[in-house]
Amino acid sequence: MSGAMETSSMAAPRRLVPDLGGDPLLAAVIGLVLTGALALVLLQPAPYLVNMVGQLAAFAILAVSLDLVWGYLGILSLGHGLFFAIGGYVCAMHLLSHAYAVTGVAPDLMQFMGWKSLPLYWFGLASAPYALVVALVLSAAIAFVFGYASFRSRVNGVYFSIISQALVYVAMLLMFRNDTGLGGNNGMTGFPLLFGHPIGAPGMVTGLAVATLLALALVLAGARALVVGRIGRSMLACRDDEARLRTLGYSTTRLKLGIWCLSATIAALAGILYVPQVGIINPRVLSPDLSIEIAVWVAIGGMGRLGGAVIGAVAVNALKFWLSAAMPEAWPFILSGLVLVVVLGLPNGLLDLATLRPKPTWLRRGGGLG
Amino acid sequence: MSALVIENLSVVFGRFRALDGLSLAIDPGEVRAVIGPNGAGKTTLLDAITGIARPTSGRILLGDDLDLTRRSEAQIARAGVRRKFQKPSVFPALTVRENLEIGCGLDCPASERSDRVAASLAETGLEARADTLAGSLAHGEKQWLEIGMVLASRPRLVLLDEPVAGLSDAETVRTADLIRSLRRPDRAILVIEHDMAFVEAIADRVTVLHEGRTLFEGGMAGARADSRVIEVFLGR
Ligand SMILES: Nc1ncnc2c1ncn2[C@@H]1O[C@H](COP(=O)(O)OP(=O)(O)OP(=O)(O)O)[C@@H](O)[C@H]1O
Ligand SMILES: [Mg+2]
Repeated sequence: MSGAMETSSMAAPRRLVPDLGGDPLLAAVIGLVLTGALALVLLQPAPYLVNMVGQLAAFAILAVSLDLVWGYLGILSLGHGLFFAIGGYVCAMHLLSHAYAVTGVAPDLMQFMGWKSLPLYWFGLASAPYALVVALVLSAAIAFVFGYASFRSRVNGVYFSIISQALVYVAMLLMFRNDTGLGGNNGMTGFPLLFGHPIGAPGMVTGLAVATLLALALVLAGARALVVGRIGRSMLACRDDEARLRTLGYSTTRLKLGIWCLSATIAALAGILYVPQVGIINPRVLSPDLSIEIAVWVAIGGMGRLGGAVIGAVAVNALKFWLSAAMPEAWPFILSGLVLVVVLGLPNGLLDLATLRPKPTWLRRGGGLG
Repeated sequence: MSALVIENLSVVFGRFRALDGLSLAIDPGEVRAVIGPNGAGKTTLLDAITGIARPTSGRILLGDDLDLTRRSEAQIARAGVRRKFQKPSVFPALTVRENLEIGCGLDCPASERSDRVAASLAETGLEARADTLAGSLAHGEKQWLEIGMVLASRPRLVLLDEPVAGLSDAETVRTADLIRSLRRPDRAILVIEHDMAFVEAIADRVTVLHEGRTLFEGGMAGARADSRVIEVFLGR
């Protein structure tokens, strides 16, 4: 079975549309995401439900961004919340300055800070395309600096994880300060408009959710195309034996840096899509817990299989949405319980339930599921 | 002219001198065996050549002029130096074919890649296993795959660390044939082995290493007769 899949993916390495036949799980997930988008448009469920789907999709994008570096490259980031937050903060700055430009009503933040006008670094952010570019480039740039410093001096494994966690923690402390000028403790909220329309209108809520689902489908398809190609094979090789790959003439630093920056950009995209749907951004997205939780989503869903990250993010967060209403105190215990179950019983995450095959040690990329 | 020149090389771990002023020269086309008791520094020598261990003194020259001493692992590999590790190091999550493709290296033209992979598959006898995951190969097959990965890059210096460790007699014979077939006038091969019969079957000359220094250099018959060599090997 796996032999046949291999030859088919070898036969056409330059396909533009990724060959999803080799990965039934991912094909099913993408199919479900697209069907979900269509259903939101056609069936028009209650706005709170639509909104929840949209937020889950943003988390799924975030999980996929981590799976790309962790599952395929072996780099466990415990600081991906940083890139998510960069996307979120820039998006919030856009929403506030956009509303200010359209309505002329100064956002609360300006009164709170005692500003007469928005400071220079807000300049131009009222323009959505510019804000988008700023968010993506900024997170890629910060990822580059951090990644370059770490990978070049060969900081790997658990040391990298700890430093990435420290980074997000430092960012959180920084953002808690009011003089950072980004809302401090309170963050930014009260976004009235998106693209000139009231942000809470049902059409807007649906539009955002559908856009997020489509972005998720695109990210999944793009990630799949990457991981089944030549670069993807180098990533798996690097994950399993980086020193060996270097002695074959490959610059693993460059490979890791490239994928690391790409992953940070995808995480920022998730943050951009998340903030208008949840209606607030504050330093709590930079808390170390959230960054660890992202890794938990991926581990629970099954790492190194893209579709698994989506399943994990949706399953854990759906449970969280539901429980935080029903019994909020129980959540940390349930999350820890889930982690224990996965670590002890299902080394490949929930996907093990579907297959239960006795091959848990090293993971095959893509479609091990057929 | 030499294929590889090592001058006065020392590698120190803490206060322990794993290599202690070692000098060595290998001719193009030569198959050189390096033997020595456990801990003699054989693997450390390969680590130094491939850029994994940093020498504290001395020089490593590829083909008389290209100084490898301060280069990165990737630069050294791209200069045409390839290695089979003592512990089989293949990429378990990739198929045999994909391993060989990676083995071709970045400098291999895309048009040549599939030919080289096919040639390596044929030479190592792994054609039937081409689409098998390397992680599920038997030990001997992993050894051959690793040699195949070395071959696929058309290297000018081949370093083989214990290529027949853990192989059956039949597999050892096959591996000896494989290594003999690697010989080319423009390629030097350095093989580390404990198996004397195997060394005799493949090597032109042998270097006996002991405590990071050369104890003997010359033909295998001479090594067998040398009193210091006998002492080191019998005395361990
Ligand atoms: N990274 C390292 N750090 C500290 N000591 C090391 C390191 N690598 C090797 N050594 C020591 O250097 C000595 C030489 O090791 P090396 O692996 O080169 O021996 P070898 O000749 O290959 O032996 P074997 O036949 O067992 O493979 C050993 O005593 C070993 O413990
Ligand atoms: Mg050794």
